[in-house]
Amino acid sequence: MSVVLKDASADAQPAGEARGIRKSFALLVGRRSPHRAPGNGGMVERHRFGNLIPHLILLLGVAVVAFPVYLAFVASTHETALIANGNMPPVPGPHFLETYYKTIFEGTTRSTREPVGTMLFNSLIMALGIALGKIAISILSAYAIVYFQFRFRMTAFWIIFITLMLPVEVRIYPTYKVAADLALLDSYWGLTLPLVASATATLLFRQFFMTVPDELVEASRIDGAGPFRFFKDTLLPLSRTNMAALFVILFIYGWNQYLWPLLITTRDDMQTIVIGIRKMIVTSDALTEWPIVMATAVLAMLPPVLVVILMQRLFVRGLVETEK
Amino acid sequence: MQKRALFGHRTLPYLLLTPQLIIVLVFFYWPASQAVWQSFLLQDAFGLSTTFVWFENYIHLFQQPDYYQTMANTFVFSAAVAFLSLSIALLLAVMADKSLRGAGSYRTLLIWPYAVAPAVAGVLWLFMFQPSLGILAQGLRSLGIPWNPLLDGTHAMVLVIMAATWKQISYNFLFFLAGLQAIPKSVIEAAAIDGARPFRRFWTIVFPLLSPTTFFLLVVNIVYAFFDTFGIIDTMTGGGPARATETLVYKVYQDGRLGGDLGGSAAQSVVLMVIVIALTAIQFRYIERKVNY
Repeated sequence: MSVVLKDASADAQPAGEARGIRKSFALLVGRRSPHRAPGNGGMVERHRFGNLIPHLILLLGVAVVAFPVYLAFVASTHETALIANGNMPPVPGPHFLETYYKTIFEGTTRSTREPVGTMLFNSLIMALGIALGKIAISILSAYAIVYFQFRFRMTAFWIIFITLMLPVEVRIYPTYKVAADLALLDSYWGLTLPLVASATATLLFRQFFMTVPDELVEASRIDGAGPFRFFKDTLLPLSRTNMAALFVILFIYGWNQYLWPLLITTRDDMQTIVIGIRKMIVTSDALTEWPIVMATAVLAMLPPVLVVILMQRLFVRGLVETEK
Repeated sequence: MQKRALFGHRTLPYLLLTPQLIIVLVFFYWPASQAVWQSFLLQDAFGLSTTFVWFENYIHLFQQPDYYQTMANTFVFSAAVAFLSLSIALLLAVMADKSLRGAGSYRTLLIWPYAVAPAVAGVLWLFMFQPSLGILAQGLRSLGIPWNPLLDGTHAMVLVIMAATWKQISYNFLFFLAGLQAIPKSVIEAAAIDGARPFRRFWTIVFPLLSPTTFFLLVVNIVYAFFDTFGIIDTMTGGGPARATETLVYKVYQDGRLGGDLGGSAAQSVVLMVIVIALTAIQFRYIERKVNY
């Protein structure tokens, strides 16, 4: 523990921060805080109306948060003409299957000619590529930095660390130029590689490796294992939860990218769904096929939202640990 | 960062580092240095020759009234998004922290918008407030408000702020709830015994104890409003009407897309870089202080 702390102040690395918040998240994710009496708010006073007001406020919050998505779903089940007239009923209509079939396999009639199925596939490749690519290169470089003694160790660490500072948005055109020079436009490599270049995952693995007891290396050495076997048989299995948590966050990050794919894709069949939806909205409102746009919105939200809901623990963990 | 048991392999560490270093050098250091270098160059109208002009691009940039307008937009937008999403999230987190029955379900029902892409969030809100067919736009009309974000800059700004806030509440809620649950109940009970009413207890005890979380979130929210909201603005307003919702990041994109002024666009990027670095530095300073506690 003391190793990590000293280390944190030595190179201004946010180990302490992450730990502070992580501790409180342990309470959030796991059991309730031990300070709390079970039941209704411990010994702090009870109100006559119970918890009516908090429940009402929370329900209102949930409703406000869900309302736009509900409307999107409703719109995706009605006909274009009905919505264009501004007469959308507040409940779902009968065209659910029809709209989603058309969206996935055919796309809009006028604006984009690309079926959303293709876009979903592109988004999936991009999100997986970014998540898996980042995890793979980061775990290797973190392993080198933590477990090996070599000359440019600190230099390598700082070269990677500094990339935390600048999001892709502020260096967008020069990065585009590089991608164009390397003939990466309209390719899956172009969609993923430039977004793999950042330090968050490396720092996370480095931090985790620092907490792995040194005895494990010694033990595996006694067993005659070299660096390869130690990595494969000891470190990788230990990192499984961290990798999963990181994967959840990076998948969402990759799936939701907008500016970069907008620049780097010109061909319709290379569009991701988040880009495709933008192009479906025609400036002249009458021409926008809103049911299809809204079905696309629902389809674009579904994978990342499901990931958050189904893997909530990993998501919360990943969110806290990747936050600088 | 010394581990006791280290491997002394000669080439292996370099091999392990190679993939990441190559990607970082090609897609990070090279473009970033290009941006800095170009910001000192002036290209002629035909793109045939460039001259080194020192800070001329920057001087030109800061002489444009447009640029100050964009800065003001960014400031208003970020401040509003940070304030609104933090306050709403804090209110919800305090309510959810009251050891309610079903607190877990509330959390699940509140955090999922984090996963919605900014561009998709933009489309959802655009649909509700679309002047002719949006349900809420019709509601505003019937109340006598001449709602039209396509023509009215203020309306457009309100619209992008709402969408950006909607998406950020989940993140803030999660961190506030964690912060609240880390406060020992005994502290609050002690205050209750001293006769402090709930409202007073919150402002004199809970809120100050929560200030590290609040500060951390404030920085994160500003970074979010600056950079991650590009998709919201692009899908909803495209920076319009008449540049009323153009933020600094959006201006870099717009100016670069129209082409021409490479040096000016690079200078804008560099200004943005300075802003991000400053924000990151503030965050690290605060983290260090917290470690020293």
